[in-house]
Amino acid sequence: MSTDVNVKMDALPGLDPNALPLQVKNLQVEFRTRNGIARAVNGVSFDVRAGETRAILGESGCGKSVTAQAIMGILDSPPGFVTGGEILYRGVDLLKLSEAERRKVRANKIAMIFQDALSALNPVFTVGFQLAEMFRKHRGMSRQDSKARAIELLDLVKIPAAKQRVNEYPHQFSGGMRQRVMIAMALALDPEVLIADEPTTALDVTVQAQIMALLAELQRERNMGLVLITHDMGVVADVADRISVMYAGRVIEEAGVDDIYASPAHPYTKGLLESIPRLDLKGQELSAIKGLPPALTNIPPGCAFNPRCRYAQDVCRKDPAPPLFQVTPSRTAACHFWKEVKDDE
Amino acid sequence: MSDFVLETRDLVKHFPLTQGIVFKKQIGAVRAVDGVNLQLRRGETLGVVGESGCGKSTLARLLVGLETPTSGDLFVQGRNMAKVGAEERRRGRRNIQLVMQDPYTSLNPRMTVGDIIGEPFEVHPDVLPKGQRRGKVQELLELVGLNPDHINRYPHQFSGGQRQRIGIARALALNPEIILCDEPVSALDVSIQAQVMNLLEKLQNELGLSYIFIAHDLSVVRHIADRVAVMYLGKIIETGTEDEIYESPTHPYTQALLSAVPVPDPKLRGQRDQIVLTGDVPSPANPPSGCRFRTRCWKAQDVCAEQEPLLQIRDKSGHPSACHFAEVRDVVHATE
Repeated sequence: MSTDVNVKMDALPGLDPNALPLQVKNLQVEFRTRNGIARAVNGVSFDVRAGETRAILGESGCGKSVTAQAIMGILDSPPGFVTGGEILYRGVDLLKLSEAERRKVRANKIAMIFQDALSALNPVFTVGFQLAEMFRKHRGMSRQDSKARAIELLDLVKIPAAKQRVNEYPHQFSGGMRQRVMIAMALALDPEVLIADEPTTALDVTVQAQIMALLAELQRERNMGLVLITHDMGVVADVADRISVMYAGRVIEEAGVDDIYASPAHPYTKGLLESIPRLDLKGQELSAIKGLPPALTNIPPGCAFNPRCRYAQDVCRKDPAPPLFQVTPSRTAACHFWKEVKDDE
Repeated sequence: MSDFVLETRDLVKHFPLTQGIVFKKQIGAVRAVDGVNLQLRRGETLGVVGESGCGKSTLARLLVGLETPTSGDLFVQGRNMAKVGAEERRRGRRNIQLVMQDPYTSLNPRMTVGDIIGEPFEVHPDVLPKGQRRGKVQELLELVGLNPDHINRYPHQFSGGQRQRIGIARALALNPEIILCDEPVSALDVSIQAQVMNLLEKLQNELGLSYIFIAHDLSVVRHIADRVAVMYLGKIIETGTEDEIYESPTHPYTQALLSAVPVPDPKLRGQRDQIVLTGDVPSPANPPSGCRFRTRCWKAQDVCAEQEPLLQIRDKSGHPSACHFAEVRDVVHATE
């Protein structure tokens, strides 16, 4: 059995067990493409406490998935490059580690589940083999033992008849069941932080409710930090503790879940909330945000949201982009006019 | 003559499952749509909701004539489309047009926007003389909120929301009375989704269109629909006005579906009546006997396996429901 991946985690230099399980500071990611440099992530900071759910909310192309990939170290490189910032796991900057050390953190300490479980699972191996692989490679367990653990895991995520299903292939599972397998795989090595990138977007609502309930239960049992990346404001309202709203590669608002929904302090957040139809309200008018999100290769000067914003003034159209202003001690918003936005009905 | 612009009676579509290559033998059928009755009134929006695999897209294809029904009748403006001649059927089809789900694959990447929107005139040349077509296309572009000068651009030069507008313009080209929208906003981001829905509502008011709006997103359907039909495994299991379905659903599946939709208000967390269903939708090739929902239903009794519940008015709620034990339960609003 190779031992290099089984090195004790304490061997990480500078590990501080009392530090937060995940802290991202001023992360910068750019994609060098033929059409120029796209700043997909431009100074993103957030942290996750044990047992807390941090939602990263944004529309397609805002950089939320790239942030997750950078944290996991699975960014396609080239064209993607992390050009600055820190990703701290209990005080250890993951960006400074060697690939071998990074591999120990991945799945062991920080794990991830993906949106499309069918393409994230290998179609030519059984589900059991893929689950057992985690224990064989990371824990050096025997085939027999690791398979027994795989069955336990399938039980844990409430897949009926786990003993039989462990020998089936991903295509024999339904969408919801596949997502359960993904969750089982991510939780196999007891990570402290789980990153869920649009875990229920491809699923039907009744299945989505099952999966979100399962995730919440497992998170509670393990006191695990959860980073939930999504565009669905309904799911966020149901499960998140704190929210970071992203737009064009930046976090434009950061707050507790109640504050954001009760009184958004950034016009983009406000616009998003006003543009979703609600199940429990009848005949409300939808006020759409006008225009389109900018191309990441061509972000407008000043605030990236200014061409679509109804509060925009001259100051918004000039560089630098507004920094995150302190709205209350526990929330920030990157808008020059956050006071007006927040008090505006 | 009925006052319905579109009506179906016991519409059925079974896809045969065969075995063998030379001597094909039918071993079963996927009952994608299994006896659907719909009525669409002039100027109204009928929402059809259901989860993936419930047959809503097959229903859409049947209604626009992309599939031939196995049995049952489809009436467009009172005419039975199966009984009229080919020429009249062609004319009838003009009146019902489709807006498709995926704006990325439903537009031919090698055609200009002008050609895409103008293509219906090639199929139905008698609608508009050749000389006026380009002007009409520009008019349509303006109507859906695009720049008429972009008529020579290609689809890849547009964003997702703009492409969906192109799809809508194409559907409007032949001045149809009925537009069938099959998941028109599900591929779009929320801020763009609202723009497209507002456009659809504006067009309905201006042109007096009737919509059939197929979607899996119940909040979107509530926003746009006047009446709603809920589908499960090829059948409509509950139907009523938007109010009746959302405020007083009586079928357990409707209740579960509604309770599963997250509401964007953290104050309601933990206060809503959440029904988490177990298991998955059974295969439409081998649906359960009796009531098709009984395998996942918490109310199921012996009678549900033996007798198929008909879609009929069952209690004082006043709208039809296909459940032996139909009972109103308000799941959408906060309960203590």
